Amino acid sequence: MLLREGSKGAASSGALKVAALVSLGRHPVTGRGRRAEQDARAVELGLSLTSSEHISLIHAGTAADETVQAMRGYLGMGLDALDLIVQPPDADVLPALATRVMETRPGLVLCGSRGESGEASGMLPYLLAERLGWTLVSGVAKVEAVEGDSMTVLQALPRGQRRRLKVRLPAIATVDSAAPPPRQSAFGPARRAKVRHFELSGQIDAEAADWTVSPARKRPKRLKIVKASSARDRFKVAAAKAEGGGGQVVKGVSAQAGAEAILKLLREEGVVR
Amino acid sequence: MLDVVLPVLVLGALALALLGAFRRISLWRQGRPSPVSILGGLAVMPRRYLVDLHDVVARDKVFANTHVATGGGFVAAAVLLILVHGFQVQSRLLSWALLAATVVMFVGALRVAARRRNPPARLSRGPWMRLPKSLFAFASGVFLVTLPTAGILPAGFGGWALAAVLTLVIAWGISEMFLGMTWGGPMKHAFAGALHLAFHRRPERFGGGRSTGLKPLDLKDATAPLGVGKPADFKWNQLLGFDACVQCGRCEAMCPAFAAGQPLNPKKLIQDMVIGMAGGTDAAYAGSPYPGKPVGEHGGDAHSPIVLREGRALVDAETLWSCTTCRACVEECPMMIEHVDAIVDMRRFLTMEHGNTPNKGREVLENLATTDNPGGFDPASRMNWAADLDLPLMAKRGTADVLLWMGDGAFDMRNQRTLRALVKVLRAAQVDFAVLGNEELDSGDVARRLGDEATFQALAVRNAATLGKYRFREIVTCDPHSFHVLKNEYPAFGASYTVTHHSTFISNLMEKGRLALGEWTGGRVTYHDPCYLGRYNGEYEAPRKALKGIGIKVVEMERSGFRSRCCGGGGGAPITDIPGKRRIPDMRMEEINSTKADIVAVGCPQCTAMLEGVVGPRPEVCDIAELVAAQLVEAPKVERQRQEEVMV
Repeated sequence: MLLREGSKGAASSGALKVAALVSLGRHPVTGRGRRAEQDARAVELGLSLTSSEHISLIHAGTAADETVQAMRGYLGMGLDALDLIVQPPDADVLPALATRVMETRPGLVLCGSRGESGEASGMLPYLLAERLGWTLVSGVAKVEAVEGDSMTVLQALPRGQRRRLKVRLPAIATVDSAAPPPRQSAFGPARRAKVRHFELSGQIDAEAADWTVSPARKRPKRLKIVKASSARDRFKVAAAKAEGGGGQVVKGVSAQAGAEAILKLLREEGVVR
Repeated sequence: MLDVVLPVLVLGALALALLGAFRRISLWRQGRPSPVSILGGLAVMPRRYLVDLHDVVARDKVFANTHVATGGGFVAAAVLLILVHGFQVQSRLLSWALLAATVVMFVGALRVAARRRNPPARLSRGPWMRLPKSLFAFASGVFLVTLPTAGILPAGFGGWALAAVLTLVIAWGISEMFLGMTWGGPMKHAFAGALHLAFHRRPERFGGGRSTGLKPLDLKDATAPLGVGKPADFKWNQLLGFDACVQCGRCEAMCPAFAAGQPLNPKKLIQDMVIGMAGGTDAAYAGSPYPGKPVGEHGGDAHSPIVLREGRALVDAETLWSCTTCRACVEECPMMIEHVDAIVDMRRFLTMEHGNTPNKGREVLENLATTDNPGGFDPASRMNWAADLDLPLMAKRGTADVLLWMGDGAFDMRNQRTLRALVKVLRAAQVDFAVLGNEELDSGDVARRLGDEATFQALAVRNAATLGKYRFREIVTCDPHSFHVLKNEYPAFGASYTVTHHSTFISNLMEKGRLALGEWTGGRVTYHDPCYLGRYNGEYEAPRKALKGIGIKVVEMERSGFRSRCCGGGGGAPITDIPGKRRIPDMRMEEINSTKADIVAVGCPQCTAMLEGVVGPRPEVCDIAELVAAQLVEAPKVERQRQEEVMV
């Protein structure tokens, strides 16, 4: 039954198959291993879309005790199993994840916007989408509906703004901190769930080997000097939107004209040379 | 005719009662095994009944006497009835004794009837309202049929018509008293209660002892249920305990959550467990409901979930989360039922299986797992409050006379004042003490009472390992929750130490004359007993002695000592925050206000926080340590030198 549905297309009918990519989180104060906050929100979002048997949890990394323990944090949310793709500590996990996602062929891949351990560059979903050739939608706060092979999502923008997007499936969605908080992780289900180990030859991240890693330091921040005489003024300053300054709104033009406008801006900003 | 009918009636009723007993026992045996000594338990049962149970019943003198007359009269009458009328033993003496027993029972029944005429709200109605009538039927019927055997009336007096009437009356009496005992009915409490006393899960409670620490879950056994999800997950003797309930409602009258209009009534909860064990709905329950929850909508059976994630089952989750674990119900229960154990057992399932701790529960439990304190503070900042105090650290000293356990109050600015006051007192008395500093972790009290046994045990094991590294004579703490957990719950994790509450320690220092104290010139002071110091650990005297030591005459509240009312801060109740009609600390502050006190002395950071959260005008809330520290005066020099010599 499931197979036939799958053969018609990942999300064409019935239950949507969701894969959540989860990583080893770190508590910001103690640095202790835990489920990562945003990845847990991704799992929560998945649970709100479909029942737990249609969600596969995937982690690529080492099989260290700390990792497995943290993975149980996700499993305690009510999932039966997690696929742990065992990789060497210095591996680039992208190829392994891409292979696994291709094998399981989910309709939707969910993950946090960025990890809490490792590089935590937030690049992984983009690179994965590029490799798979899938749509990527970033900063999702809510999935409003899944219809056939597309879904409607709300994308979180600064200051509580939302943008409604219609996304073709299969897609990768990164989940924003504005998404609903993850449910409590329960000890019993976490203990019973299976962590399935998969051995996949790791690709050593040669580039990263040359990097020097040092603890992040807080950058000095320019103080905003507020010359306001009343509380009302101070409030207005505090609540004011950051001034965009410049830029233009391009609306109702052809795709060609829009693309040119974007390319022009990127040239101006020196992103594209 | 009666001498044919009566033996059939009596012995037939006995046989049916025996059958009922087997059925009842099979209901209890649905529960999980719990090791108790069957013969040993039965042997000590009479003593437990006559001494321990009667001590609790005797808090209500009038009813205690009523029960002695009714119950004692009945037991004697029943035995003699079986001999005289069941086995037709021909003895004038026995018959006269039977007459006397029924008269005593009748007098008792009169008092029962008087109490039932206009019963207080805490008493259940329903079948309990017919009990005095059944007692009358039994006592008077047996009295009348015994008159001929005692030789007062000629045999065959009154003819067959009277005999038939008497038979009916006795049949009514016997079916209530004998059959009701095992098939269900008000008299069930006698059968189940006696066995409950014999096979009680906390035998330490009898003979003046105390047993209040929660029982650990065996987390290594992956097949054991995590807490109680369905009635059959209770231990069998817990199920038996529920069956012993007499629905007297003393628990209901004491429960702070019930009084605050939160959806909890300990009596109803125990009755719901009985319903769960036997199967059915609560429609026949005839007592006060859970506030805001109509009777008749809940039901279940022994193998169905007690709480559903969505929808109604036996009990709603918010009922279980309303409890402050103040133990007032357990203290008050004449049948020695363990309400708090049952509630925490069910909470364990909700937290560890459902992952459904309400409100801030998730956050607090995650903080405990990742930062070792419920507030999520940096564990490296635990000692920040004492940055200027230069406290000796155990890690540097290795040994000290006293280990000062700071508790999580170390992160709370209000409690830091208490801690500083305590340090001042300890220094004034030249106590050799040290602290664990950042090595100290949360004791796990909140985690355990929120049902997260896994997090509790993780903390307990790590704390026990830290404590094991150092040598000290005793642990002193100003937090009764840490005090209780360290003293009563850590021994199961290999950490048995002498633990003292700071009020006890200070009053001992005063007795030894180690503190030079000025005269109290402040106003009226009342004292609020913390549950975890009082009811959990029986320490009512030391705080009062400490206050007396600085010249304070405590103005007692109506509810004080073992009947003190909870501040609302225990058992994670401020975290789960189940709404009611009022707030528990507001009710407690009203009681404090009625003493017209200017200051309420407390001995617990939770109580301080809860009572200080009440809007003014209200008395000032001061910890005992603060009051004592404020009275410290410079000791005379000679005196001090002498003390130093003693110390060396």
